[in-house]
Amino acid sequence: MLEVEGLTARYGAIAALRGAALSVGSGEVVGLIGPNGAGKTTLLSSIAGLLTPAEGRITFEGQDITGRSPEQLLRSGVALVPEHRRIFADLTVEENLRIGGVTVPAAKRAELLDEMAERFVVLKEKWDVPAGYLSGGEAQQLAIGRALMSAPRLLMMDEPSLGLAPVLVDLVFELIGTLRDQGRTLLVVEQNASRMLEVSDRAYVLRSGEVVASGTGAELSQRDDLFDTFVGSVVAPGEDLPSAGAPAPDGTGGGAA
Amino acid sequence: MTELAQNLIDGLGRGSIYALLALGVAVVFGVMHLLNFAHGELITVGGYVALWTLGAGWSWYIVTPLIVLSAVLTSLAIERVAFSRVRGSSDFTLLLTSFGVHFVISAIFLLYVSASVKPFDRPSWVTNTYSIGPLNIEVYDTVVIAVTVLTLIGTTLLLQRTMFGLSLRAAAADFDTARLMGVRSDTVIRGAFALSGLLAGIAGVFWLMRAGSISPGAGITPMLKGVLAALIGGLGSLRGAVIGGLVLGLAEVLLRSRLPDSIASLTEGVVFLLIALLFIFRPQGLVTVKHAVRV
Repeated sequence: MLEVEGLTARYGAIAALRGAALSVGSGEVVGLIGPNGAGKTTLLSSIAGLLTPAEGRITFEGQDITGRSPEQLLRSGVALVPEHRRIFADLTVEENLRIGGVTVPAAKRAELLDEMAERFVVLKEKWDVPAGYLSGGEAQQLAIGRALMSAPRLLMMDEPSLGLAPVLVDLVFELIGTLRDQGRTLLVVEQNASRMLEVSDRAYVLRSGEVVASGTGAELSQRDDLFDTFVGSVVAPGEDLPSAGAPAPDGTGGGAA
Repeated sequence: MTELAQNLIDGLGRGSIYALLALGVAVVFGVMHLLNFAHGELITVGGYVALWTLGAGWSWYIVTPLIVLSAVLTSLAIERVAFSRVRGSSDFTLLLTSFGVHFVISAIFLLYVSASVKPFDRPSWVTNTYSIGPLNIEVYDTVVIAVTVLTLIGTTLLLQRTMFGLSLRAAAADFDTARLMGVRSDTVIRGAFALSGLLAGIAGVFWLMRAGSISPGAGITPMLKGVLAALIGGLGSLRGAVIGGLVLGLAEVLLRSRLPDSIASLTEGVVFLLIALLFIFRPQGLVTVKHAVRV
């Protein structure tokens, strides 16, 4: 469904991505993990059209989408839940969701609104409340719901658990699991590697702008070299992946590393 | 007490025009972070449209929509010719561009029309008054306030009830995220300029009816009033722009009536002094606005 080949992106003279490559198949949940500054957000921003890559090619459903604008990409079926959620604080919950459906016809938008109200009960209760008053967890649900309003065929999420309390982190990963079970195609950037590997079919490990490893959670968990360097803060080398809800080594219940 | 009520009515009339001008400035600032110093030129263009059409014997009933239309078209043309080329540039570049547009439009009228002030007929009812008890109310102020209220209701409905309005508000809050949601940047920016032109056109009709004349530099004063009112209200806040316009209008009228005759001509200076004091204590203006991303 999504193919990224030899993607290079620069901020001035600094290369944030160096020939990164990945693929996401239809119905797959793919994680993109790595330390701060690895280039994860740059990769996602390049796919989403927020950054124009210096080199490389991005194809979605066989079409070259390299360098397309975010609004064009959304119309092509690719939606992004941005880092830090970036909900519109002065718009109500309902308005935030409606703007997420700006590209779909009015009748379909109304259908999707009903679906979101059913899926996110906590949001339905605050339908007319300005989104700036939502808690972190509610805001993250709103950000995901807003992206779903465009009925995307590929949903990308950038650090969905960032800055959330442990109990809300569980909620976010439960939601990702639910979306996976519904057959949605997801590409998720996440620093909380252990939790991400639990819910993903496959994952890519990014370091210094390069994809240094890929595979299933089980495969990556055996890679002591990777965990030693940057995933080890969440899962110790050789240690089995923690089960859902199990506390992380720092005792935060699996919060973001 | 009667004098105060009289001043309030006069101030609301004047402030209503400022509110419309400020709202136009704020709408464009919201989506582009552009403080448009060429905003007054929309009124200049409308003024020359009035001059030529009234001179040809057309009535104000026909001229009025033409002034509004010319302001909308000029606003769209300015966006297309000048501002679309500097989208995403620094605030300083945008500011310089707007000054450039202001000077170019003034120069065109100066070179190809006339440097002198050209008078035109005002509608006969502009100077009419009517009385309610001890109050002597101008028909003009009544019409201005009524039209402004209707315009603000219409603008509010547009912003609250339509997908375009929602897109505009989302883009004003965080342009990049709005684009991620599929909001088309071209559509929303051009829509903002069209709305800004519409508001300037409506304000311009009343401004020109009162002035009864036009000159190449006629846009400077309405531009300053609009920008100042938008700054007072809190740049980028649509609600703040309306409040700022009304506050500025009321302040001018109240000060002019309260200051001794010997220094009445300093009213504008005193108003600026008060605005400076406001910015010392509330640099963000009366209404605080959070902007996530600039375009």
